[in-house]
Amino acid sequence: MALMSLPEAIRLHVKDGMSVALEGFTHLIPFAAGHEIIRQGIRGLHLIRMTPDLIYDQMIGAGVADRLTFSWGGNPGVGSLHRLRDAVENGWPVKLETFEHSHGEMAAAYTAGAARLPFAVMKGHSDNDLAAHQSGRTTKMDCPFTGAPVTAVRAVNPDVTILHAQKADRAGNVLIEGIVGAVKEAAFAAGKVIATVEQVVDDLGAEKNAVILPHFLVSAVACVPGGAYPSYAMGHYDRDNSFYIAWDDIARDRDGFTGWIADHVTGVADHRTFLEKLGVVA
Amino acid sequence: MSYTLDEMMTVAAARQLKDGAVCFVGIGLPSAACVLASRTHAPNLVLIYESGTVETAPEVLPLSIGDGELAATATSVVPLPEIFSHYLQGGRIDVGFLGAAQIDRFGNLNSTVIGPYDAPKTRLPGAGGAPEIATHAKEILIVMRMTKRGFVDSLAFRTSSGHLAGNGERKAKAYPGHGPQALVTDFGILRPDPESDELVLTELFEGVSAADAVAACGWPLRVVDSPTRVVPPSDTELETLRALNARTKAAHAAKVTLSLN
Repeated sequence: MALMSLPEAIRLHVKDGMSVALEGFTHLIPFAAGHEIIRQGIRGLHLIRMTPDLIYDQMIGAGVADRLTFSWGGNPGVGSLHRLRDAVENGWPVKLETFEHSHGEMAAAYTAGAARLPFAVMKGHSDNDLAAHQSGRTTKMDCPFTGAPVTAVRAVNPDVTILHAQKADRAGNVLIEGIVGAVKEAAFAAGKVIATVEQVVDDLGAEKNAVILPHFLVSAVACVPGGAYPSYAMGHYDRDNSFYIAWDDIARDRDGFTGWIADHVTGVADHRTFLEKLGVVA
Repeated sequence: MSYTLDEMMTVAAARQLKDGAVCFVGIGLPSAACVLASRTHAPNLVLIYESGTVETAPEVLPLSIGDGELAATATSVVPLPEIFSHYLQGGRIDVGFLGAAQIDRFGNLNSTVIGPYDAPKTRLPGAGGAPEIATHAKEILIVMRMTKRGFVDSLAFRTSSGHLAGNGERKAKAYPGHGPQALVTDFGILRPDPESDELVLTELFEGVSAADAVAACGWPLRVVDSPTRVVPPSDTELETLRALNARTKAAHAAKVTLSLN
């Protein structure tokens, strides 16, 4: 592990055309890292995330991706992700190829990926219409022992998984507290792991069964306080639900969105400046 | 107290939940119904959200499925893959609570696309955990406002399985859960016919006629011979629901500030 700045970590590990998972289920979404990817003008990414959320709406609208693996693509409790929809429905700014799953399938695919298994197994055969669009990713099979119906879900192994967490120690062990989603699985499934954290400490002070990503798993740690905003970091700041509600209007049309990205992402040097510009720093 | 049909719908949905049931909850109307139930007739209702928050007791309704409120008030927070494998697939969930953009008469749901999948007219958010909830929860409760666009003869896309083509198909395929047992709308409640599995109108809200419901539904809605009337919301139910909604509105508008080092 190496402690470095966020721009260095992205420059070193995220290249055009890679598959990249910015994980964190509602909580600890790595917004700062996503913005840095936009700032560096990286292109052709295959983005992977259970819930694309605002961060992928921003990245897709900014043109960094041409593929998306996901399982629920809405603005939670608000409505559509307008940029994601525009990319799927109209190919703007880039035609987006989607690889769609259910949450259960995505969780299973990461879990298999973490164990370096070729596929995961789920109970039963689904009777939904999604299966017809999952060629090469899911298939019906019978249990080799009992003959019971099961479904195989191909493992997901991102080139890079990026996450945000509360703390890292100086050796690079990363502590995640609160809702962890499928972050641990997505990290073990990845070729490289980049973590942004609220703080770097001498001693994590964690309980023995805490969720810790070990230093030998983590390629880079960058200290980015507020790095999950407008998502949240339990113990540091709350989810800014009012921003999620406001995003619906910001992202609704292309010009409004492009202007917002220019003002708040590409037009600022770093995440701290972004937060100050929004007036949310105490 | 006077009330709206939307309030009646949420109260009616809450009343479907038995005290002590283990309930898998989604955001929006399902959350409102579950939290209302837990604060009125079902104080021992166990609320589980797919973000991994187990036995949570939110003071305000979550905007997202993983709001901090859910984690802070939970008995435990577990990794998301465990929620789907151990809890849901493992058969530990009594009631799964779902909504969708479209429903058909057998309770199959669409939350994926309107129009062709590869060239959609409207790209909807997608499945989320709904297919697994619909398959594995012992029973499914659905809340949806009844419209012609939403209650359709034929789904544009089947995201989650209800009673499939009806007439016992779900049972014949040995699904672990029994599928939709109640569909609560803003007109009344639909329940599956014991033979055909078709959702039929069995209970009507006060002030609404069966003809109103038939006119609002996109499929030829069947009505039982004498639909019962749903008891209007009590003052306690209405006051609890309105206080919850008021707290929620204030919380979602609250300004967030970050104290950075």
